Amino acid sequence: MNLTLKIWRQEDAQSKGKIVTYKIDDVSPDMSFLDMIDMLNEQLNNKGEDPVAFDHDCREGICGSCSLQINGEPHGPDTGVTTCQLHMRMFKDGDTIFIEPFRAKAFPVIKDLIVDRSAFDRIQHAGGFISINTSGNTVDANAIPVNKHNADMAFDAATCIGCGACVAACKNASAMLFVSAKVSQFALLPQGRIEATDRVLNMVRQMDDEGFGNCTNTGACEIECPKGISLENIARMNREYLSASLKG
Amino acid sequence: MSGMITSSIARKVAMALSGLFLVLFLTQHFFINITSVFSADAFNAISHYMGTNAVVQFVAQPILIFGVVFHFIMGFVLEIRNRNARGISYFSYNGSANSSWMSRNMIWSGIVILAFLGLHFYDFWIPEIVHKYVESHPDDSTRYFGEMVAKFESPVRTGLYVISFVFLALHLLHGFSSSFQSIGFNNKYSKGLKGFTVAFAILIPLGFVFIALFHHFNQ
Ligand code: SF4
Ligand code: FES
Repeated sequence: MNLTLKIWRQEDAQSKGKIVTYKIDDVSPDMSFLDMIDMLNEQLNNKGEDPVAFDHDCREGICGSCSLQINGEPHGPDTGVTTCQLHMRMFKDGDTIFIEPFRAKAFPVIKDLIVDRSAFDRIQHAGGFISINTSGNTVDANAIPVNKHNADMAFDAATCIGCGACVAACKNASAMLFVSAKVSQFALLPQGRIEATDRVLNMVRQMDDEGFGNCTNTGACEIECPKGISLENIARMNREYLSASLKG
Repeated sequence: MSGMITSSIARKVAMALSGLFLVLFLTQHFFINITSVFSADAFNAISHYMGTNAVVQFVAQPILIFGVVFHFIMGFVLEIRNRNARGISYFSYNGSANSSWMSRNMIWSGIVILAFLGLHFYDFWIPEIVHKYVESHPDDSTRYFGEMVAKFESPVRTGLYVISFVFLALHLLHGFSSSFQSIGFNNKYSKGLKGFTVAFAILIPLGFVFIALFHHFNQ
């Protein structure tokens, strides 16, 4: 297939950036989207031009590195996939494809399509963990009985890969789906209950401090999340937050 | 505790609770108005009661006005903060791929409703306050029906009311069930609630449209 790509190019965090148009020919429908950008970069390299910078690592949908807003949707038009799992067969010969970085004030562009998602790390550091004593007498996690339904929901929440597609999709650049997944995976398990009050208060405070927007329940995050994280987690976080605020 | 007031979750809960309060008010307003279709006397009797009862006038009405003002101011605050949170906007943004038009345009449906409230206050509330508290008139418990019907003589006003009710429906279609998600209610009943939201958001505004047209064509 022959395609026209409209890609956001930005020298560094300080410079202004703009959309640049590239033509690319002989793209195989079996390629992944990132393979296609690799192919473009090879051509740019051969011409002595600066290749397009983009994030990637595992290329199998588990690390959450690859990002990209593709034709106005995070990770492109397919559902339940990351950009590395998106195939070129989702596009047609002659298509024009817009490729932009995930946009949020809290995700500043570093270069081209690479954004700084360390805001997510700081939210995690604020409470996305449990404190355990590992001095040799740690109790086996399996020794504590857990209701099967809760275990399943906690596991579902834990599949969040921290990619940031929820923020990119949301018209408000809200990070509620990510934070609620991280809050829920612990809130649903007995080990996580011990620090539940502080966790939700601290993580929400950090989320707000990072400058993410306010959730208005459009549901775009749930639809675009490659891991199918449910809005139920946001409702749970709202409950956790309200009861924690009343307690604390 | 301070987070209870300033955090993003507190804001969304406040938006939800004030919205649900306004939904309750809207419902009672509808049931009062619909009596005007069946009986001028009933409409007059209820209007007179609402207009002269001290609790309604001096407790419920100020709370209601506070609720309306709060909901609007908070709506604008959220909109401005949320636009800022994006920073640079997308060249290509396919919002319809993942969310409803209503959910993405609450600010616009809200602004139309706000403009409508301006007209509605000008039509009914201000004349009523002037009639009761500024000018002194003898008590007349039968004036309400005639005053109301007279307003709907104008096709322009009737048209503006009808358009506003369409936007009210769009606002409710997202806002009603969304309020429950905001206060943490998302469970096996949520599907039913969504269905109820659709029915409510269409039937109540449609009822208001019917009442406006009914009086317009029965002058
Ligand atoms: S909730 Fe989904 S979209 Fe958001 S960071 Fe986690 S995996 Fe990505
Ligand atoms: S590169 Fe790891 S999820 Fe796409």
